[in-house]
Amino acid sequence: MDQLVIGGRSLQSRLFIGTGKYSADTLIPEVVKKSGSEVITVALRRIDFNSPTGNVMDHIPSGMQLLPNTSGARNAQEAIRIARLAKAAGCGNWIKIEVISDNKYLLPDGYETIKATEVLAGEGFVVLPYISPDLMVAKQLVEVGAAAVMPLGAPIGSNRGLKTKELLRILIEEIALPVIVDAGIGKPSDACEAMEMGAAACLLNTAIASANQPELMAEAFGMAVAAGRKAYLAGLGRSEKYASSSSPLTGFLHN
Amino acid sequence: MEVVLNGTVANVDKEMNLWEFLLSKELDLETIIVEYNEVIVKKQEWNMIILQDKDRLEVLKFVGGG
Amino acid sequence: MSFYDEYLQYSNADMEEVFQHTTSADIERIIGKDRLTPRDFLALLSPKAEDYLEWMAQKANQLTVQNFGRVILLYTPMYLSDYCTNKCTYCGFNVTNAFTRKQLTMEEVEKEAQTVAASGIQHILILTGDAPAIAGVPYMKECVAILKRYFSSIAIEVYAMEEEEYAQLMEAGVESMTMYQETYNPILYDRLHVKGPKKDYRYRLDAPERACKAGMRAVNIGALLGLDDWRRDGFFTGLHANYLQNKYPGVEVSISLPRIRPTMGNCETGNSVNDKSIVQFMTAFRLFMPRAGMPLSTRENAEFRNHAIKLGITKMSAGVQTAVGGHIDSQENSGQFAVSDTRNVKEMSDAILQLGYQPVFKDWQAI
Repeated sequence: MDQLVIGGRSLQSRLFIGTGKYSADTLIPEVVKKSGSEVITVALRRIDFNSPTGNVMDHIPSGMQLLPNTSGARNAQEAIRIARLAKAAGCGNWIKIEVISDNKYLLPDGYETIKATEVLAGEGFVVLPYISPDLMVAKQLVEVGAAAVMPLGAPIGSNRGLKTKELLRILIEEIALPVIVDAGIGKPSDACEAMEMGAAACLLNTAIASANQPELMAEAFGMAVAAGRKAYLAGLGRSEKYASSSSPLTGFLHN
Repeated sequence: MEVVLNGTVANVDKEMNLWEFLLSKELDLETIIVEYNEVIVKKQEWNMIILQDKDRLEVLKFVGGG
Repeated sequence: MSFYDEYLQYSNADMEEVFQHTTSADIERIIGKDRLTPRDFLALLSPKAEDYLEWMAQKANQLTVQNFGRVILLYTPMYLSDYCTNKCTYCGFNVTNAFTRKQLTMEEVEKEAQTVAASGIQHILILTGDAPAIAGVPYMKECVAILKRYFSSIAIEVYAMEEEEYAQLMEAGVESMTMYQETYNPILYDRLHVKGPKKDYRYRLDAPERACKAGMRAVNIGALLGLDDWRRDGFFTGLHANYLQNKYPGVEVSISLPRIRPTMGNCETGNSVNDKSIVQFMTAFRLFMPRAGMPLSTRENAEFRNHAIKLGITKMSAGVQTAVGGHIDSQENSGQFAVSDTRNVKEMSDAILQLGYQPVFKDWQAI
């Protein structure tokens, strides 16, 4: 049985989904059901007493693994504070570290992310850091106790697909932890390709939330991720042929 | 007396504990997280904290996010 | 964590399983992959993969040209001392072999350096036996101080040392180390290394890692193929290189593929390694680690070395004398092994050019 194990929890589905940007939170239960996902992200915000809103937690089916993120954090200290708050809320000890100090492109800050991961992993959190696909950053995250690494396929919310493919490939090859492609995935075929390459899972939000029919798109992504995983496990056939008789390099061995 | 609630000043007209104060703000107490003077306080401690003048409160909740 | 922990993860039975059950389809798929796992590498060392040598050679050639260009770096070994306290059954420097031992004086080091440098060589590899009391770190440092004036890069192939000793030699000007494990099979290792400090398998196994920790710029490892089953030792050599490269990404890791040659000692090996097997190992390793260096010594004959240039080799020795002082007096005492390719530097350069490659004498100098 092919399972993804993170922080001691076995997951059947390799699709992680977000809860942001839906036209109505009431869509979430059906999206979860159709996607098959078992891990769902949420964010933590100050309550705005002037414009009360509904509670996203009311729409998340029980049994889901919650993955609070630290969005809004601009440095390690803020991320650590948010993580501790999320844990205090009694939603388990998983945390997606997201430190963004760049408001123009929304790219993650590797140095601050490593610092936050080290502290939180030391406190017993299951830390899933969101990063640019930088090998050296990923290696340091392994060193400081991350449970997985989550490199971006393209900038957040851009729906541009696997623009960082070559770098993702290197991370998948070199990092022993699960590599979860987070951000940028626009189409089910992008998610499928990431899984074929050997990604452990995909995390996506915008691509489902912004579809005309989110439930249907969620189902499509669930299937694409499962298909890509199966293809990876099956072992892709060779893409190049190396036999050449014109100038054999090993002919001398037969003499 | 006055306390700072999520960055804005709020008036507290009588002595009350944290639990009573939060209830008065019509919050769903099951799903919120409270930081009292920069320290996270657990739900079971809320009724033991008597609000003081100039206390700083951060009240947070989960929202949709990716 | 040492490479030994990784070594222990591969049992004989598991390896035998891969050797027995690898199919043609597996090999074809692996050759087509961009990056190979250790298990893929093992499969390419299986008997089945022998049917695909030409494919492997084509890809090895393509990867080598892509990563290194059509370039062969030339270097020359210089034997400083053949005093040795070890009794290793396969080695000419064996303590029980009765011959007059020699160690170069500083004047002789200088003369040798002048002779070698006159041939154009800029990368020198210095070798000693295992006799720290005579040819230890202070002696090597003295030699290095002289050699620095003649060569742009100095490598050592000496006994296993402490990290701090490697650091001292680097401080003196050494920047590259070679250490052959000889065999990764601990039982055989114990039997072949009858006595002497080299008998400590783990100390030697971790020596390349100590050099990496000391900050050595380049580390070269290898097994003396033929001592044990070459498929096993070849696999562990690659796995060891991969371990070092992953753990010390800043180090330039390379492997050598020496196979046993007749020497004056008693050779108790029964495992001959033919050309085909060496080519299989060479090309499989290139597919496994496309960016790793691969030197080829003059243990191999001229014809084989000419062919090997297109199969993944990146460095070659030339103008080799394996006896101490051999560069200034070719009638010198017994060498460590018999040289098969006796071409001098000029002849070697010409041969490389003729094959469409460029001979390079200096690809690095620390500033």
